Amino acid sequence: MGIEAYLFVSVALFALGIICIVSRRNILYVLMGIEMILNASSINFAAFNRFNGGGIDGQMFVIFIIILAAAEAAVALAIVLNVFHLFHSVKPSEADLLRE
Amino acid sequence: MPDPESLNPLTIAQWKWLLAVPLIPLAGYVIQIFFGKHLPRKGDWLMTGGMFVVMCITVTMFFVAYGHTSVGVDGHAGSAFFAESVRPGPEGQTFSWDWLYMSRAKDAGLSLPTGLMYDGLGAAMLAVVGIVSFFVHLFSIGYMQGDRRYHIFFANISLFTFAMLGLVLSDNLLFLFIFWELMGLMSYLLIGHFAQDPTSHRIKQAAAACKKAFMTTRVGDTCLLFGMAMLYFLIPEQYNEYVAQGLIEGDTIAGSFRFTDLWSNASAIVEANHGDYPLWLTVAGLFVFGGTVGKSAQVPLHIWLPDAMEGPTPVSAMIHAATMVAAGVFLLGRTFPLMSPEALAVIAAVGAVTALFAATIGCTVYDIKGVLAYSTISQLGFMVASIGCGALGLVAGLFHMVTHAFFKACLFLSAGSVIHGCHHEQDMRKMGGLRKKMPITFACMLICTLAIAGMPLFSGFYSKDRIIAAAFGGMSLKFNGGNFAASVFLPVAACLTTFYMFRLIFMTFFGAPRDHHVDEHAHESPKNMTISLMSLAALGMLGGYVWFLHPLDLMGNHGTWFTRMVDWRTMYPGVDLTETNLKGMVGGLAHRHGTAADDLEHFYHGFNPHYTALIVSIGVLLIGVFVAAQMYLRRKWNPAKVTETLGEAYVWVENKYYVDEVVDASVIKGSKALANGQRWFDENVVDGVVLSVGRIGKGLGFLCAWIDKHIVDGIVNLVGNLTQAFGSAVRLFQTGRIQQYVSFAVAGGILVAAFHLLS
Repeated sequence: MGIEAYLFVSVALFALGIICIVSRRNILYVLMGIEMILNASSINFAAFNRFNGGGIDGQMFVIFIIILAAAEAAVALAIVLNVFHLFHSVKPSEADLLRE
Repeated sequence: MPDPESLNPLTIAQWKWLLAVPLIPLAGYVIQIFFGKHLPRKGDWLMTGGMFVVMCITVTMFFVAYGHTSVGVDGHAGSAFFAESVRPGPEGQTFSWDWLYMSRAKDAGLSLPTGLMYDGLGAAMLAVVGIVSFFVHLFSIGYMQGDRRYHIFFANISLFTFAMLGLVLSDNLLFLFIFWELMGLMSYLLIGHFAQDPTSHRIKQAAAACKKAFMTTRVGDTCLLFGMAMLYFLIPEQYNEYVAQGLIEGDTIAGSFRFTDLWSNASAIVEANHGDYPLWLTVAGLFVFGGTVGKSAQVPLHIWLPDAMEGPTPVSAMIHAATMVAAGVFLLGRTFPLMSPEALAVIAAVGAVTALFAATIGCTVYDIKGVLAYSTISQLGFMVASIGCGALGLVAGLFHMVTHAFFKACLFLSAGSVIHGCHHEQDMRKMGGLRKKMPITFACMLICTLAIAGMPLFSGFYSKDRIIAAAFGGMSLKFNGGNFAASVFLPVAACLTTFYMFRLIFMTFFGAPRDHHVDEHAHESPKNMTISLMSLAALGMLGGYVWFLHPLDLMGNHGTWFTRMVDWRTMYPGVDLTETNLKGMVGGLAHRHGTAADDLEHFYHGFNPHYTALIVSIGVLLIGVFVAAQMYLRRKWNPAKVTETLGEAYVWVENKYYVDEVVDASVIKGSKALANGQRWFDENVVDGVVLSVGRIGKGLGFLCAWIDKHIVDGIVNLVGNLTQAFGSAVRLFQTGRIQQYVSFAVAGGILVAAFHLLS
């Protein structure tokens, strides 16, 4: 099985994540979309490391990304909580203060 | 020439006492002006006490100076004796220091040194000023009681005294001029004393009078300044020219205001010029005399003096006796060697005209102070005319200045006492019979009237007789307009003097009371006023011959204390008594009339003017008293009928020869017209230019504003609008929705990738 399979999965996951971010009406799903994008990139790292190089550089990046994603999720959830307090809603379309 | 040691017999301590003389009233002024209001009795005791100290010093120093004179025997038998005078020497013998020098000019010797000068004339004058000022201060304590500006009055009169004392002690023309100007200012403030008192009913008159006094004397002051400048610059120029030509031996000189330098340099120039005065020196002398005309109220600048009566009476006494008007005569005494015979002729003529002119007016005035004012002008005319008659007249004129100071001060203070007693009534027609109510005032005034009228044994006789003798003597030697005017006018003026003074006495003190109200009110003045009166009256009577052993020497052959102190032969050190210089010294008396020695011979042996003068002066005295008595005491001749007989002439005199009107029509109207013309020029031309400049500026401003509004603003607004429009367009993308942004980002990313792939 070649690298294309891995990349295909990665691209699919990335696309799904984008779609999730853009289209979902709930901000929590947007967060989940971001996680999916991060995972897509993790797959890419692992795949390229497996097929093009050697060693464990790609895997190390994946571990970092996972840790980063965990930290990001903590911060993002706090933001979401504040957004909910501010707008009494979890719809990202309603949090449009930046327009002003 | 006497040896230099004898020139300055005063010790340093004595010089310091002299220096203290002007400084005491100055210090008093400073204290009084700042703290006078809060001192007990508003500080009058302080000022009067200070003046008492000044009087003591000046009188003591006078006797010191007198003690240093010595009796010399003149070579001319039978003439008046001549004595050595106390006077400063050429170097290091005045108490002097550098007042000012310019740092670069110092090397060139252009410094302005100043110092004290104490000669016979100065000693006499200083004592007179000290004595009269003290008694005026003492008198003022009573007279000015209750005045709203009591403390200011004392401060001002003290500074006035300071100015006069400083003037007398100055050893140079510049400082004399500074004090001269200060005196002008103080006379302005004192004459206008009531102008600043809101309760006074004569504010306007006082304000006008002080303005008039200040501005009229200012004309003379300007002349004096011109004269000073000419003396300062032209004397060294001519002198150095003569040095270059070898006519004068010695070094070149720089300009100087020192009297001693002026005297000796001018006489050296005259000597080098074959005994003739150069024309510029005549002109400079006349300019200097212009200062005297203003200050000493000579025709035509006399108009300020009668108006100066608006001031308080003690101020009038000061101005008319010891200060102000005496300063002009004193100036002539100081600058006499600079006067050419031609200038002296002018001086004599002006003085003689003034003497007669003012005496006639004095006969028609009813204001008691007005009579005295015109009598002062007349007496000043005597002094000036006398000085114009040559060196002997000089001594007589200065002597008259001293005796006049005492009896005129007493007359004014007596008039003040009368006015004070009569509840500030000044019209003689409302007085009468006051001799019983005010016996002391009457006695003092009578004594001084006899003195001014020239009664033998009273001081005025000795000086006035000498003046008339000098005039006759001058004419006998050399006939000129000045001598002639003096010889003719002065005896007539003396006769009129007697007449108007006795008219005053008879109208005020004799006869029946004319106004019930005034008579009821009349009372003798308080002690401090009468003490002043009595002291001055005593001096007015004895001032002519006290310390002199021959009061019955009516011929004046033996001289008086004054001729011992002030001797024309020795009073100007540095002026050598050589033949040519004697011409200069004697001036109009001896000029162009053989040798000087012959002149004196002739003067003293061929014709003795003293006999004539004696007969004339006693004659005019008797005529004057007789006429006055007939008209105002015995009522044999009705004054109204006399007036009618005189007709038009009386109207002219009564209106003071319309001098005020002429001055008003010419000088005042003229300057007003000039001012109006300038105002028109200012309003129409200058303002026009200014306004048109303004209008042009305004037009330019409008243009700029239009450009700014329409073009500059247009560009700015265009930029702004464009930005705004662009912003509005761009704003459409700015929805604030995060998901849309992400969509755009993804779309952008796809587009970039597609573009990349396709290309």
